[in-house]
Amino acid sequence: MIITRQKNFEDILCSVEKGPVFLIGCSECATLCHTGGEEEVLAIKKKFEKKNIKVTGWVILDPACHFLNDKRLLKSHINEINLAEKILVLACGNGIQTVSEIFDKSDIISGTDTLFLGEIKRLTDFQRRCSLCGDCLLDLFGGLCPISRCPKEMLNGPCGGSIKGKCEINTDLECIWDIIYSHLREKGQLNKLKAIQKPKDWSKSIEMGRIL
Amino acid sequence: MDFRSNLNKVLSEGKFAVTAEIGPPKGSDANVIIKKAENLIGCADAFNITDNQTAVVRLSSLSGCSILLKMNLEPIMQISCRDRNRIALQSDVLGASAIGVRNILFITGDHQLFGNHPDAKGVYDLDSIQLIQIVKNMRDEGIFQSGDRIISGNPEIYIGGVANPFADPFNYRVDRLEKKIDAGSDFIQTQSVFNLDKFNIWMDEVRSRGLDTKVHILAGITPLKSIKMTERMKFNVPGVDIPDHIYDKMKKAEDPKKEGYNIAYDLICEVKKIKGVHGIHITALFWEEIISKLVKETGLYPRPI
Repeated sequence: MIITRQKNFEDILCSVEKGPVFLIGCSECATLCHTGGEEEVLAIKKKFEKKNIKVTGWVILDPACHFLNDKRLLKSHINEINLAEKILVLACGNGIQTVSEIFDKSDIISGTDTLFLGEIKRLTDFQRRCSLCGDCLLDLFGGLCPISRCPKEMLNGPCGGSIKGKCEINTDLECIWDIIYSHLREKGQLNKLKAIQKPKDWSKSIEMGRIL
Repeated sequence: MDFRSNLNKVLSEGKFAVTAEIGPPKGSDANVIIKKAENLIGCADAFNITDNQTAVVRLSSLSGCSILLKMNLEPIMQISCRDRNRIALQSDVLGASAIGVRNILFITGDHQLFGNHPDAKGVYDLDSIQLIQIVKNMRDEGIFQSGDRIISGNPEIYIGGVANPFADPFNYRVDRLEKKIDAGSDFIQTQSVFNLDKFNIWMDEVRSRGLDTKVHILAGITPLKSIKMTERMKFNVPGVDIPDHIYDKMKKAEDPKKEGYNIAYDLICEVKKIKGVHGIHITALFWEEIISKLVKETGLYPRPI
């Protein structure tokens, strides 16, 4: 899932200026992250109205990153959108850009910061799991990714700052290399860590499109 | 290798090596390095010039090395993977070799969050083991990481790496050293030794695998200058292991500087006795002037011995 964080309302206000504003949310990731579901869109609507900023309407796209779906859903809101000076999108960076593509003349305001591709641990606990590098190495490390989960992206074992299973940059963060090591030890596969992993092929991370 | 750095000579002749660290200034004044180096002439076989250590911007290690070379002192250039990708790293290795740098120590680097530019984007295109292997291939095979051939002059570099015998997962630490040796390390400088027991356990494993015959290990020594520094290193510097008995000694000391010196003196005497330790690497943070006394009184002077 794409994990997002809502920007501060003050920052959003700065971008929206005097409005009027049309609000867009997303039914998928932003809903699960509580950053751009119906609940959050209605909450922000209330806040704008308190500041006397007119909200011309709102919609939850299903999901925001689906170009054709968006076009279809937004058609029925076209009058409300035409009344708005700004369109505030509470979705991931992808969803926001899909909307930008459809309304290329309007001011699109991003209401979230897109953080990472991660998993939902618990209701409000999200953790990074993938860097979208284009060249998956998970089978080398027992299904655990040191590229997305080690701040130094180390492929040949932990740095000297791994202490008691924690990462040197943040003691709340587990050292992924500590986890990889104990995982492979339990499976009797520590030999996997003996081979020197060659420099990563980053050319695969710059694919800009894919047509099926 | 057709060339021999002084450090290489000392180590291959079976002599006990001494290296010392010179931290470049937060500024462009070459005299800071010159002054520090002048105090250390004759005290060490080669001098590490750090590469923006703890991610704080300082005069570049390549320039620091150039300043030492002009003084006829032998540098060990440090290169970190944090700030440069494989293109810049290989280019700097060629450039260093061209101006006469003959030892380079390759490290992954302290994370940028610890430094004075925590907003910076870290590079980490390579890790230290990959970089060591690349430089060995540049030197011995004349090829770049891409497989492209070097046209005019393989870099003549004695390759160094670091090891932290105190970090976790502890059982993996010798495996990681072995990988660094397989990648091409000629010498290893360790994290500062304070916890002798742990260091001995690590060295036992190093010897039992015969790794001490494949690489020269230099034990890190850091004289503690004050209780403040001790606490900073014990509680805030990742990967440093200062046992409580040393911390207590420093806390109780009437003259912490003298106590710190004595602890370092004892540690040097102890690590000298450990089979497989081929030298020491002294990092005297903001206390470079103590190095000469330490080297002289531990019987390591004049160099080499």
